[in-house]
Amino acid sequence: MSNATSAHSVVEPSATTKRIAGIIVVVYAIVTMVPLAWIFMTSFKSPPDSISYPPKLVFTPTLEGYCNLFTTRTRQTAEYIESLGPPQSTCDEITRSRNMVIAGPSNYWPRFTNSMVIAFGSTFLAVFLGTLAAYGFSRFRVPLADDLLFFILSTRMMPPIAVAIPIYLMYRELGLSDTALGMILLYTAVNVSLAVWLLKGFMDEIPREYEEAAMIDGYTRLQAFRKVVLPQATTGIAATAIFCLIFAWNEYAFAVLLTSGSAQTAPPFIPTIIGEGGMDWPAVAAGTTIFLVPILVFTILLRKQLLRGITFGAVRK
Amino acid sequence: MINSDTTILEKEPERAAASTPVSLARRIGGLSDRAIAWLFITPTIALLLAINIFPLIWAIRLSFTNYRANRPNAVLENVGLQNYQRVLTDSDIWIAMQTTAHFVFWTILLQTLIGFSLAYLIDRKFRGHAFWTTVILIPMMLSPAVVGNFWRFLYQPQIGLFNYIVSYITGVPPSSFEMLGSVSLAPWSIIIVDTWMWTPYVMLICLAGLRSIPDYIYEAAEVDRASAWRQFWSITIPMALPFIMLAVLFRGIENFKMFDMVMLLTGGGPGSTTEVASITLKREAFESWRTGRASAFAIILFVAVFGLANIYVKALNRVKQR
Amino acid sequence: MKTMCRPLLGATMALGLSTALPSLAQADELTLCWAAWDPANALVELSKDFTAQTGTQMKFEFVPWPNFADRILNELNSGGKLCDLLIGDSQWIGGSAENGYYVKLNDFFDKEGIKMSDFAEAAVNAYSTWPKGTPNYWALPAMGDANAWFYRKDWFSKPEIQAEFKAATGRDLAAPTTWDELLETAKFFNGKEIDGKKVYGAAIFTERASEGITMGATQALYPYGFKYENTPGKYDMDGAVNSEGAIKGLEAYKELYKCCTPPGYTDAYMGETLDAFKSGQAAMAMNWFAFFPGLAKDENVGGDKIGFFVNPKEATAASTLGGQGISVVANTDNMDGALAYIKWFAQPDVQKKWWQLGGYAVHNDVLNDPSFKDSQPFAADFLVAMNQVQDFWQEPAYAILLQSAQKRFHDYVVADQGTAKEALDGLVKDWTEIFEDEGKL
Repeated sequence: MSNATSAHSVVEPSATTKRIAGIIVVVYAIVTMVPLAWIFMTSFKSPPDSISYPPKLVFTPTLEGYCNLFTTRTRQTAEYIESLGPPQSTCDEITRSRNMVIAGPSNYWPRFTNSMVIAFGSTFLAVFLGTLAAYGFSRFRVPLADDLLFFILSTRMMPPIAVAIPIYLMYRELGLSDTALGMILLYTAVNVSLAVWLLKGFMDEIPREYEEAAMIDGYTRLQAFRKVVLPQATTGIAATAIFCLIFAWNEYAFAVLLTSGSAQTAPPFIPTIIGEGGMDWPAVAAGTTIFLVPILVFTILLRKQLLRGITFGAVRK
Repeated sequence: MINSDTTILEKEPERAAASTPVSLARRIGGLSDRAIAWLFITPTIALLLAINIFPLIWAIRLSFTNYRANRPNAVLENVGLQNYQRVLTDSDIWIAMQTTAHFVFWTILLQTLIGFSLAYLIDRKFRGHAFWTTVILIPMMLSPAVVGNFWRFLYQPQIGLFNYIVSYITGVPPSSFEMLGSVSLAPWSIIIVDTWMWTPYVMLICLAGLRSIPDYIYEAAEVDRASAWRQFWSITIPMALPFIMLAVLFRGIENFKMFDMVMLLTGGGPGSTTEVASITLKREAFESWRTGRASAFAIILFVAVFGLANIYVKALNRVKQR
Repeated sequence: MKTMCRPLLGATMALGLSTALPSLAQADELTLCWAAWDPANALVELSKDFTAQTGTQMKFEFVPWPNFADRILNELNSGGKLCDLLIGDSQWIGGSAENGYYVKLNDFFDKEGIKMSDFAEAAVNAYSTWPKGTPNYWALPAMGDANAWFYRKDWFSKPEIQAEFKAATGRDLAAPTTWDELLETAKFFNGKEIDGKKVYGAAIFTERASEGITMGATQALYPYGFKYENTPGKYDMDGAVNSEGAIKGLEAYKELYKCCTPPGYTDAYMGETLDAFKSGQAAMAMNWFAFFPGLAKDENVGGDKIGFFVNPKEATAASTLGGQGISVVANTDNMDGALAYIKWFAQPDVQKKWWQLGGYAVHNDVLNDPSFKDSQPFAADFLVAMNQVQDFWQEPAYAILLQSAQKRFHDYVVADQGTAKEALDGLVKDWTEIFEDEGKL
């Protein structure tokens, strides 16, 4: 074994070190996954199973949590339920077994849709504006550029509640309270600072010679930007977009203060899911699971860009 | 997309010229670089002025008045510095600031220790380290509010998984301690969740730091027969220090602002033991609706975080230059 | 092609609009906002009659209690149009009246012949008037409610438990009638093994964020002699809020919390106390009358297994008031529809059906009906409670007043800080400062 080291560079750790390091990291990773696994499991438990003591590891999976998440139900007498005829769906059947009938859809789906619209809308806007501004700062001499950049970044340091006070008053005057447009503008403003800062770094990395060559070939500045710079910056733009999306998707403080109904997003809604009497934990778990899926998919699909974005952000500072 | 740039350079001019309407091309072609610069930057600045700066100025103005957002009919009076004076002399607010400091200190300490250790271990480049890095990253992608809400369930004394696991390991009965309800444990319940969530972030930045150390430095140390222990303390740590400090800065700012997770886990309770500054501010602004006083508090907070961050960045730059 | 498409598109759009517009205008729709709880489901059921009679579609926005005040007050403050009708908490009346969020209903009541004297006086005072006790009506009493208790009748009637209780205390085991008895009974049951499970004495309100612990603690404070003011209307709180009796009351509440609540009930409100009781952990529990119809029908603990009792007295008899009136939100686009709903809801027949479905009507025709007392196992207790209710401040500054109370009570009872006297002295200090800011002192 020790002979083998001569083939390695001196900084290459030994096999034993690697194995031990690997074991510790894997154990850590598994431990951090336990809460998420528990959320997933709970979403398939029945309400009594979810609050049994000690916690149940083995249980009969049911879709009750998902049914309860998407419907509102009212309690009815057994005679009334019998008079209804055969159940229309699995959810109907589960609900009736609890002496209830489905009264209508719940607010989960509209809230989830709001989250989609607001998160993707603001991400698009922030990246769009951020790309333009980053190019501007990267390629041209802007008076007071450093101050402007620092000012842009510093807007992210403010506690959201502090920002929310005047925004609340302003939106009330402008009629933007509880509107998707208001939330998109707000999230864009918060995200654009990060976008400019990250993207300027990526733009700085693209050699100016590329555009200059293109402009000598007869491109205008804008064409060069569109056909040369943008394709080069794709990785950076993707990384920035993920960050903006994660923020907008997960944001809670602004959403809970500035939306109360039609534009409410999922994060302030999910904690308010309750059952008859106490918390309906399987429904909460189901709502949480569905809410986490998009961001998990993004993380896994775009992990390379994500890693690059984070480490890049760090290196730049 | 990226590797096709050479062909773009060759073929694009004709296509671009063909696809761009003449009048538009002429108009844009006529734009000077200066005009483009402003055209590109202005929308962002305008948005920030409208959504960040204008409201901030408004908040400063309000902080000198007795304004209340839920009393549209009340008379607006200038009260001078009274709001600031009352915020700064309010013992509850000082307690909230201490709670915040306590929370920031412990989360940063734990996250830096665990995060750096993890980065160091991952940098041993064992087989499959890329995959496990991605797995470790997952918690930081999730919504603190949505996940924090679920931790409330995990912390239930009788039915929650957390108490049950602790009981399994230590033998203490699971219903004998209350993570969220006891004065001594409630702060830790938040620190645990925050550490669970954000250690990966610190880990990533540390990893970037470790990877930025060139191999030749270690090779030189090896030639000098420096022990692994010595290499760690005289090369790894100093070289990675700017990155660690950066991670501390980012987490510090974020946790100073902490609101959602605490709100959903303990709501500031029991009593006021976990009431961090953001929660006090939220109660003042959106439950008491003393908007003037809340604005004063908000501005004090902003100045504090801005000031501390600036001092810290100066220190960071000094470390970097060394 | 393009040129042809456009007019066609325009025509279809115009067609779509012309058909959509009248239906929009006709879409007679009302949104009613309330808390998400059992009686809200009953109201959905009841409102079907209204839709059948008038063709007005009813939409409901029910917000869970912990977020109810936050979210709806936010909605009112931001001038939102979410709610046409609002069943808002009794403490909101002052602020909503002074800020013009609610429509004043006096003229409407006169015109439609709706007489407030047809409703229980305590309820009208609590749910409709501002300033308190004056004939200025901002709501129609919709739902009478008070904080009361329920217990495991099946455990209380087990002979071996009865014998043990007699031996331990020297009296017969029964639903407590004084706070001393309540504490004694809770301590007796706490830690006992019944049906193979460890049980606890009582589940009580301890919630921190909204109003929970205040609504629970006042249930002890009022009977022990707590008063808000020495002279009503003078805001002279020193000696009333922190009187000897009040201190004893708060100590009693803490004693009950410390000795006898199930583990983990440090931040418990309506849902949690129901959970504790339904899961067989608690021998007794407090909650609003609103939940009692559901409890009485519960599969596991309802029927013969449950008994109810009104808040025990001590120095005096008193209960913490709950309940709400129904108001028209001034910002509504459908004022006529909203008023029509109120008119419909005030009818004696509708009120009777409201009670049958599980809502707490406070119309005299319902309450004075000889059969009322026996219509439900808790109906008689409800009448007793409604005659002895006391409510928290209903001032415009109620939210700030409530916050101080939440903090002081939770700090003392749950977080174990200071003494009861310090907590109540602190409360006098906080409240005095608030009223000074209000210009009332």
